[in-house]
Order: sequence, then structure tokens, then C-alpha cells
Amino acid sequence: MSLYTSHRARLWLYILVAATLIFLIAPSVLVVPMSFNRSTLMVFPPKEFSLRWYANFFSSAVWIDAAIVSVKISFITALLATPIGTAAAYAMQSGKVGSRKVIEGILLLPMVVPLILIGIGIFFVYARLNLVNTIAGLVVADTLLAVPFVYISVTAGLKSYDMAQENAARSLGASRLMAFLTVTLPQIRLSILSGAFLAFSTAFDEVVVALFISGGKSATLTKVMFASLRDEVDPTIAAVSSMLLAVTIVPMLLLHLASMRQTKRGGD
Amino acid sequence: MLLNIDRIEAARRSDALQMKLLTMPSLLLIFFFLVLPLAWLSYLSLLDENGIPTFQHYARLIQQEAYFSIFRTTLEISVIVTLLCTLLSYPTAYLLAQLPRHWAGLLMLGVLVPFWTSLLVRTYAWLVLLQRRGLVNNILVSSGFLDGPISLVHNATGTVIGMVHVMIPYMVLPLYATMRTIDMNLIRASASLGAGPVRAFWTVYLPLSLPGLFAGIILIFVLCLGFYVTPAVLGGGKVVMLAMRIENSVTLYPSWGAASAIGVVLLVITGVILSAVSMLAKRHLRHL
Repeated sequence: MSLYTSHRARLWLYILVAATLIFLIAPSVLVVPMSFNRSTLMVFPPKEFSLRWYANFFSSAVWIDAAIVSVKISFITALLATPIGTAAAYAMQSGKVGSRKVIEGILLLPMVVPLILIGIGIFFVYARLNLVNTIAGLVVADTLLAVPFVYISVTAGLKSYDMAQENAARSLGASRLMAFLTVTLPQIRLSILSGAFLAFSTAFDEVVVALFISGGKSATLTKVMFASLRDEVDPTIAAVSSMLLAVTIVPMLLLHLASMRQTKRGGD
Repeated sequence: MLLNIDRIEAARRSDALQMKLLTMPSLLLIFFFLVLPLAWLSYLSLLDENGIPTFQHYARLIQQEAYFSIFRTTLEISVIVTLLCTLLSYPTAYLLAQLPRHWAGLLMLGVLVPFWTSLLVRTYAWLVLLQRRGLVNNILVSSGFLDGPISLVHNATGTVIGMVHVMIPYMVLPLYATMRTIDMNLIRASASLGAGPVRAFWTVYLPLSLPGLFAGIILIFVLCLGFYVTPAVLGGGKVVMLAMRIENSVTLYPSWGAASAIGVVLLVITGVILSAVSMLAKRHLRHL
């Protein structure tokens, strides 16, 4: 089609795609100038610039505490979900676990069940275990949500790895654990790392479950942001948003560009 | 000799046991914090305030106009969002799939950047862009499309715009992956047999891209049914979808029975769609 249609005949396609891409990217881009707005009103484009919303963030105990809670639970979640998910992926890939399809289905459940249902379910259980508004409770819930991401990422890594290498190491006298740590682990470390990264960002970005089980001293950043968005918009949220963009987009952007350069060098 | 066979058998068995144990932490976590709570909620949906078995919560879902309209709103919004996503995602994936990989990778950033941006950040941005004196209204008025600003947010319009923005990447990514695998020689072949560009598209390209399209549509539709954040903020309380109703029932008036009943319905609908799709996919694969 592209082979036989002129660029002119496809003009509508170019315009539609350009409009779609602008629609997609505009909100992420516009948040940054908004955060330097001096006015309390959410005017765009801003007329005067200032750093007051950043100052506001760093001087507000509520925002700072929430940010600390979020970083803390995301970090612990990544530490827990990564070994748990990796263990499951390794076991499933070894082919020695029966009823594979069923178990894999169960492992992916946290991704499939609507979050609102996971939220009220966990809230209901936590109310009885006194885990509502605790760090421990948040970590368990986020680990539940993060395990499928680690599982998928590590499974993908193991699929392109030959398990026979580990058997070779074992036949030479290494224990299973030793063989895993010295032969398998170094070769799948990138998938494990990206699984850990996904686990961290799953916990950091989680809103719906946190609405039910986080509050008071254990309120997450997302919970405070959501409350601000729904009830009365505090412009500090623009500063928070810009900082979140900086820490999430910049590393991803660099990774994406690096992988693009690699495929280019690979002679595509 | 026999002894050795026994030993091999024992080693094989202990290996299998070890592997089973490795799946246990994940499975136990999922069992205690997902399966068990959901089973408990389903059980609660069948009890009245005094703990006596009843179908009243389900009966109310059917009888009361208020509940019925929540189901209708959820269905309408999900269908509209899925439709709009398809209309915007298909051409985007189509164009990207035909560009050289380097350019496609660069333009793909347009899809990936929002995907990487926190949902709340995007929701906030839409709140600002769509407000009465926001950028979108200003552009529409100054370019003469509108006589005066209209309300684009805190209603169904804002909800749909925000949700389409969230969902498009879920459609573009599987579509792009499928379209990249389409052999363009087939298009050349159809052209050499006399098909024009339009006919070649409808009879050759589109059918080959259907698996990706289908995957995207199902994924988006199911995600829409249970979506909470965007309708709650951009709908301004006027657009009540299933997830919001469940949240209200639990936090505003502690009525677990009603919330659980809606939850069970949502769970069943999601489950039925997903298992129907996986069965269809299996049958489809067998035919190939």
C-alpha cells in the first residue's frame, strides 16, 4: 500500500497520526511549565514564573512524609517481589511442576482481577488483622500486585536461556543453589533487574488499593495526590508531577534511546 | 542396578518437590490476599444484615433504576472509549509499522511517554487543559470552532478523553507488534493480481492484523469496565461507573453486601470475557 499510494493520498493518515501523537504527549509535556506557575489559579500558559510550589512541597510535612512512605514501600516491595517472582518463574520454567496452565493462570491473577476488587478484598481482610494504615500492609498488597510483573519478566529471560547449562554445572558437582547462583543468575540478571524495576514502579504508582488501606502516617504519595485532585486541587501537585516525570521519564528515555541505537548498530 | 534406578527416581521426586516449593510463596500470597478475600466477598454478597442467606443484593441490582443506570453508564463509556481508541490506534500503529525501525522507535516515544507517566500526573494535566479557561477551550474558541467555552471536564466528556488517553498505548503496542510481522510481499502479490490499495488493505492487510486488533480491543474493554481513577477525578462525581459505586458503598455507607454483589458481577463479566477470548484464541490456533 505504501508502495503504491503517494504521500499526498496518505496526507490524512499523517495528519491523524500527528494529532494522535500530540494528544498523547501534550499532558506529560505541559505539566512542567505549569509547575513553575506563580498563580494559584491553574492558568495555562503561565504568565509569571516562580518556584513557590516546589518550596511548598519541600516545606510541607504531609507531602514529604507521603513521598518517604512511597519510596520506602516501593523499595521493600521490589526486595520482596523480585525473589518471590523469580523463584516461581524458575520453577515453572524447569518443567517439573504439574498442571502448568492452571498455576500460571493463578500467578497472573493479580494482573487480571480489577484493582477495585483487590482493593476492597484486601481492605476487608486487613480490617480484621489490624493492618489498615500500616507500612507492612501496604508492602504485602503491593508485593501481591508486583509478583506477576517479575514473573513475566524473568520467564522471558529464562526462555532464551538454556537450562541444560545448569545441569552441566550440577553434573560437575555444584549444588542446585550454587549452579543457579553462578551459572543461571548472571545470564538472566537483566530480566531480573527489569522485573525489580517494574515491581518498584508498580508499588510507587499504585493508587486504587492504597485508597483503601493507606492513610494517616502511612498515606502514600499517590493517596495524597488523589485526594488533592478529587477534592480541591493544590497546585503543589504540579511540582510533584514534574519531579515524578523527571525521575521516571528520564531513565526510561535513556534506556529506549540506548536500545534504539543498539538495534541500529545491529544492522536493521 | 535396581538400587540405582531407585535413587534416580528419588532424586527426580525430590527435584519436583523442590520446584513445587519454589512456587509456594507466590501461590500462598495470591491465595491469602486475593483468592480468599474474593471468595469471602462473594459469600457476603449472599447474606443480609443479620447474616441470613438472601438474594436481595442481586435482586436490587436488577430492580433499582439507580443500579441499572450504573451498569448502563459503565457499558456506554467502555464501548465509546474502546471505539475511539481503535480509531486512533489503528492508523498510528499502521504508519509506525511501515516506517524504518529507527523512525518508528522515535515516534513510538509518543506512545511510550504517556505510558510511563504516572496516571495521576496525566489526570492532573487533563484537569488543567480541559477546564473552562483551559488551553483546549481557548484554542477552540479563538480558532472559531466554538462561540464560547464549554464544559469539557467534570462530566462524561472529560472522563472519555482521559480514559482514551490512558488506553491508547494498550492498543497501539499489540497492534504494532502484529503489524511488524506482516509480510509486505503479500501486499505486493495482491497488487500484482490486480487489487488496488484499498482492496489490498481490506482483503489482505486488515485480516492479517486482526489478532493484534482483537487483543487490544479486549484488553481495553476489560480495563475500562473496572476503571476507577480517571472517572472519579475527571467525571467530577457525575459519571458513576461500577468501580466508583463499589468504592462508595464501602467507604461512605458501610454496606458490604451491596458492594460485594456489584463486585461479583464485575468479576464474573471480566472472567467470562477473558476465558471466552482465551478459548477462541486456542481454537483459532488449532485451525492454523
